[in-house]
Amino acid sequence: MSNQLLISMSPHIRDKGTVSRIMWDVNIALIPALIGSIYFFGLTAIYTIVSAIAGALLAEYLSTKIRGVPNTIKDGSALITGILLAFNLPPHTPLWMPFLGAAIGIIVGKQFFGGLGNNPLNPALIGRAFLLASWPVTMTKWYENMAPSGGTLSGLLKAGNLITSATPLTVMKTISKAKHALPAGGNLEQSLIDNYNALIDAPNLINLLVGRVGGCIGETSALLLIIGGIYLLAKKIIDWKIPATYFGTIFVLSILLGGIEGKFCIRTGLFHLFAGGVMLGGIFMLTDMVTSPVTPLGRIIYGIGGGLIVIIIRFWGGYPEGCCYSILIMNVTVPLIDRYTRPKIYGFIPPKKEEVKNA
Amino acid sequence: MSDLKTFKGGVHPHDYKELSREKRIEDYPLPSSVVILMSQQLGSPSKPIVKAGQEVKTGEPIAESTGFVSIPQHSSITGKVKKITEAFTPLGTISQAIEIERTQDDIWFDGFQQLDIEKTEIDVLKKRVQECGLVGMGGATFPMHVKLSPPKDFKIDTLIINGVECEPYLTADYRLMLEKTESIIKGARILMRILDLTKCIIAIENNKPDAIAIMKEKTASSQGIEVIALKVKYPQGAEKQLIEACTDRQVPSGGLPMAAGCIVQNVGTTYAAYQAVVEGKPLIERICTITGAAVPENGRKNLNVRIGTSVKEILDYCKVDTNNIGKLISGGPMMGLAQKTIDTYITKGSSGLLCLSRKEAESWEPEPCIRCARCVDHCPIHLMPCLIAAFVEKKMWEEAQKYNILDCIKCGTCSYVCPAKRRLVQAMKLGEFEIRALMRKKKA
Repeated sequence: MSNQLLISMSPHIRDKGTVSRIMWDVNIALIPALIGSIYFFGLTAIYTIVSAIAGALLAEYLSTKIRGVPNTIKDGSALITGILLAFNLPPHTPLWMPFLGAAIGIIVGKQFFGGLGNNPLNPALIGRAFLLASWPVTMTKWYENMAPSGGTLSGLLKAGNLITSATPLTVMKTISKAKHALPAGGNLEQSLIDNYNALIDAPNLINLLVGRVGGCIGETSALLLIIGGIYLLAKKIIDWKIPATYFGTIFVLSILLGGIEGKFCIRTGLFHLFAGGVMLGGIFMLTDMVTSPVTPLGRIIYGIGGGLIVIIIRFWGGYPEGCCYSILIMNVTVPLIDRYTRPKIYGFIPPKKEEVKNA
Repeated sequence: MSDLKTFKGGVHPHDYKELSREKRIEDYPLPSSVVILMSQQLGSPSKPIVKAGQEVKTGEPIAESTGFVSIPQHSSITGKVKKITEAFTPLGTISQAIEIERTQDDIWFDGFQQLDIEKTEIDVLKKRVQECGLVGMGGATFPMHVKLSPPKDFKIDTLIINGVECEPYLTADYRLMLEKTESIIKGARILMRILDLTKCIIAIENNKPDAIAIMKEKTASSQGIEVIALKVKYPQGAEKQLIEACTDRQVPSGGLPMAAGCIVQNVGTTYAAYQAVVEGKPLIERICTITGAAVPENGRKNLNVRIGTSVKEILDYCKVDTNNIGKLISGGPMMGLAQKTIDTYITKGSSGLLCLSRKEAESWEPEPCIRCARCVDHCPIHLMPCLIAAFVEKKMWEEAQKYNILDCIKCGTCSYVCPAKRRLVQAMKLGEFEIRALMRKKKA
């Protein structure tokens, strides 16, 4: 018989989805924020992103070569790491920095563990944490977002335009610190109260939503990140449970704990959602499949846990921002979460009491 | 549509039923010879009771059952026993088989009287089902009389007739429901009498609205029989999922479906019960869907074929150029078995012959798991296939067992959805095989 029949185990048909398709979809979802970052920060955004991508891809290529495994650049996952790291950096870092951070993220955060699928922590955040620990001053030097005044790329090309400024979160941190330092019954200085009110004021919230504020290059526009998030939800690449619980926890707790003079205000909740990296982290990084739980209940716990850590760091910690660490810390808890949140199987029979004791 | 009943989990593969759904059931011409397998059922193989050269009539017993979980076999044509031989089962194993050459048109064996559904004693009905060699015809081929003899401590209250046919491509059950509606309903009556039940559900997925309509129409005056339309989802035809969809009950882990008070029978099997009782015909033919991209449009059929007919001859009859077949599957694409040769024979479980083209016959290279959790989200048993497969790969049998590998129904949903194309069901099967072997060793 000339005809060779293929023999394989069922199922003989498969869903069209592939790993690289998922990764490329994530890249597509990052495009709105990427365009936004160039609009808001100009050439420096382009330099930073290109440099980070180059670092990520080169590191991926060399690592797979050294490990003697197939080159995985085409799957698009290293590209995600590059873009996400760039998004997590302030503008105007020296060019070698995004490159180095991305390379460290890929090599130490991902390839050391065996490549895609095996990394316990988000590689982009490993890169960021490495840079933050090594060059803290450069990593926290913020520049005024040029878009509102300059508005165009040409306006940004003049290096003389650069003005360092505080991000909304650093201002909030000062207020928060002052609040904690108050003796019982004491009052905050009027200037701080004014600052606070300006931060949670509607025009400022709109600035935060649109992205007309200082910060890391990819995190400032909540709106553009949300557009990407909707795309990921529609493509069923991320589970709504993670961002929903993460954002929900941050929103509720910042209303309850973030007010001054004992007042609760929804706008405080909105401020903490839209300021800093919460949107970027909650949509694109906390939801990274490789480093998040696989069980439905696990994803809820994971999201709430992440939100709690953000609140703790922002209100009581040493940093103005807690997003990066909230994700890294929750990444570490994933195996434990998965272990204790196994779905109840079909036809589950609860073990008898004696068996539980013996176990 | 959300008010339709269904189960939790599952997937929606494209059903490809359009290829053959409009094809009326067609009688396949009497084959010149048949090869009847002794192992075409779940349980112990049958034992031949005929010798080479012996003349047999259509429907005459040619092999006896070798235990409770076993069945007799019957000649599907009138002719002469050529030899006792061996043949490949759809699983690829080798079974003893009886080859019969046809000498003339059907002369029916007269050992099975036609029985009256309502007046015949229950024991006689039950015996008839057993004597006629009936097995589950949805593919599991579990002897029917075993399912009809529930131990006394099970309280059965519902008979579920499975007209779901959730496997893509297959339309044999669908055509049967359209063309033999009344016989199926009478078959259900027989089963209800044997089981002493007053409640019967005929479950059909919503992608077969005409079958639902005609069943509803014909059962309108039948007491106790209810037709339920289910949301389209794979693997709804699996016993456990069907019970959950129809009754909201779950079969306890490790237990029999009877423990949920339900007995499930496929529509094909129900029709066979009707034939056995009312027409006095043992199970010697079945409906088989010939479909797939490698079959030309005019060759796609729902054929009524005799058990033991050569697959090669059927493919020829359906104008299939075997050089175009990349993969030949006995059954549907989700759980069917890839055949290594076309030199096989129709068995009681042959619900379809699916001929995938060379282009469709892909073999997927597995990539690393990215923990996307699609397998966890879709598993109809709510297992964690990605984790269990990892345990199996590392031979961590105890851990695999702790994560309920033995509850897996091998429906293939996890492999189907996996973007990394990991061989998850394969790992499940391998793991279960090794663990059962270890358990037997421990016992011994």
